Amino acid sequence: MLIRSPTDIPPSEITPPEIYRERRRFMQGMGVLVAGAALGAAPEAEAGVKLAGVRPSAYRLDEAKTPYKDVTTYNNFYEFGTGKGDPAQNAGSLITRPWTVAIEGEVGNPKTYDIDALLKLAPLEERVYRMRCVEGWSMVIPWVGFPLREIIRRAAPTGNAKYVEFVTLNDPRQMPGQRSRVLDWPYVEGLRLDEAMHPLTLLAVGLYGEVLPNQNGAPVRLVVPWKYGFKSAKSIVKIRFVEKPPLTAWMRAAPREYGFYSNVNPRVDHSRWSQAKERRIGEFRKRDTLMFNGYGDQVASLYRGMDLKKFF
Amino acid sequence: MGATLRNPKFWIFGICLLPLLRLLVLGASGGLGANPIEFITRSTGTWTLVGLLLTLSVTPLRRLTGRADLIRYRRMLGLFAFFYAGLHFVTYLWLDQFFDPAAIARDIVKRPFITIGFAAFVLLIPLALTSTHAMMRRLGRRWQQLHRLIYLIALLGVIHFLWLVKKDLTEPLIYAAVLALLLGARLPWGVTLLQTARSRFTPARFQVGQTVGNGAERRN
Repeated sequence: MLIRSPTDIPPSEITPPEIYRERRRFMQGMGVLVAGAALGAAPEAEAGVKLAGVRPSAYRLDEAKTPYKDVTTYNNFYEFGTGKGDPAQNAGSLITRPWTVAIEGEVGNPKTYDIDALLKLAPLEERVYRMRCVEGWSMVIPWVGFPLREIIRRAAPTGNAKYVEFVTLNDPRQMPGQRSRVLDWPYVEGLRLDEAMHPLTLLAVGLYGEVLPNQNGAPVRLVVPWKYGFKSAKSIVKIRFVEKPPLTAWMRAAPREYGFYSNVNPRVDHSRWSQAKERRIGEFRKRDTLMFNGYGDQVASLYRGMDLKKFF
Repeated sequence: MGATLRNPKFWIFGICLLPLLRLLVLGASGGLGANPIEFITRSTGTWTLVGLLLTLSVTPLRRLTGRADLIRYRRMLGLFAFFYAGLHFVTYLWLDQFFDPAAIARDIVKRPFITIGFAAFVLLIPLALTSTHAMMRRLGRRWQQLHRLIYLIALLGVIHFLWLVKKDLTEPLIYAAVLALLLGARLPWGVTLLQTARSRFTPARFQVGQTVGNGAERRN
C-alpha cells in the first residue's frame, strides 16, 4: 500500500525550468508569430519578459528578497490545485491574451479594459512588499504594478460604492483546479473602498521586473500587503463596486476561520493555529509576525476604534 | 549473507528506510523545495500514518491469505511507524518550534490538532517499549489488551491530519477510508467476509500449501 502524495514526482520526471521555459517560449513564440501575422502586432505577454519603463519606488525593504524560484514555485492558487507546487505545475494552461477586466457596479464610468490598455493606464513601479500567508509562512517580493486607486479614480465611484469586489477568472478548461469543488468558484475577494483606495494597495502585473508568471496570478492581480495573502485576488476579470460587503470565497468556505478583513495580526489566531510567528521562506528560525505585517504606520488608522478580534 | 538476503525481514527493513533515505538525498541535493521544514514534517507524518496502517493490515491479510507467518513482520512495521512518528515529533520540536518550551506547551494545550497528534505519539511509546518477546511473555494477556491502543492511535493520527488541512480533505479522507476498512475487517462480519473470500478465491493454492508443506511458497 504505497500512497503517493501528489508531490512525489521522481526528479527525473521534472523538466528543469530553463528547458520548460525555453519550450514554452518557443511554443508561445509560434503562437505570437501566427497572431502577429494575423493582427500585425506582437504582444509582449510572456512571463519572464522584461517589463519596459518600470520605475523604482519609495516602497523598499531592508529585508532579503525571496528568490524568484521560491516565489514562483511555492504558493497557493487553488484554481490550479491545492498543493503549493501545483500552480507552477499546472498554470501553463492559463491563456492571458486576450484578457479583459470589467469595471462595473456603483461607478460613474463603467468600462472594460483590455489588458494591454490597462498596462498603460499608469506608470509601472517596482514595490518590494512583505507577503504573509495565513498558513504561517512569508516572503519578500518585488512586485511591479501601479496603485489600484488609479483605476478607482477613473471609474468615479458613486456615493453607494462602499466596497470593492474582485472576481477571478472562472474557466475549468484553463484552470484545472476548478474541476474540484474545493471552493465555490469563481474566487471572490473584497476590500472596503478606503482600503482599496489606500496608496499601498497595488494592482500588480509583474514581479522581479518581468511579466507576472501565470502561477502568480497573471495577467493582473491585487497585492494588499497588510492582509493575509489570500485577500490578494489573482487573475482578475472583474472589479465591482458595491454597497454591501462582498461574500468572499474563503468566508463562504469557512466563515469561522476567515473573516472579511483578514488583516495580518499576531494577536488574533486562526481558529486552528497561532499567527504569532511565521517562517520566512529561506530562513531556519521562525520570526515574530508584525502587526499589519509591518505596515501599521500606514494602515492602522483605517481601523481606528474597531475591535480587531471581532472584525478579523 | 545468502540467508540474510532470503529473509523477507531484511527487505522489509530496507524498504521501510527508503522514505528516510529519500529525505536525506533530497536534503543533500537541495530538493526539499521552498519550505524544507514543512516538507520534512509532512513526509515523516505521512510515513507514520502509512506505517500504522500497514501494521493494522497484517491481521486482515493473515485472515485473507491464511498465512499465519505474516505476524512475524508486524512488530517491525509497528516499530517503523514509531520511528517515523519520533522523527515527526523531533522535527516539530527542533526545526519547527526550536525547542521553545512555552510555545510548545501553548500549542499542545491550545491547538486541537497538535493535542491529538501529541497524544497519539505519547500512546505509541508504551507499545514500542513493550514490543520485545520478553515483555510479551511478562505481560501475558495484558500485552494484547495494551496493544489494542493502536486502534485509538491510528484514529487519532487520521484526525490529526484532518484537522490540520486548510481546506482540501481528499488526502486525509483516503487515510480515514483505509483505516475504516482495516478496522471493519476486525468486526465479526468483516472476519466472516475475509474468510469467505479466502475459501472462494484461494482453495487451490491453500491445498497446495498444505500438501507441499514448507515448500517454496512459504518463503514468498
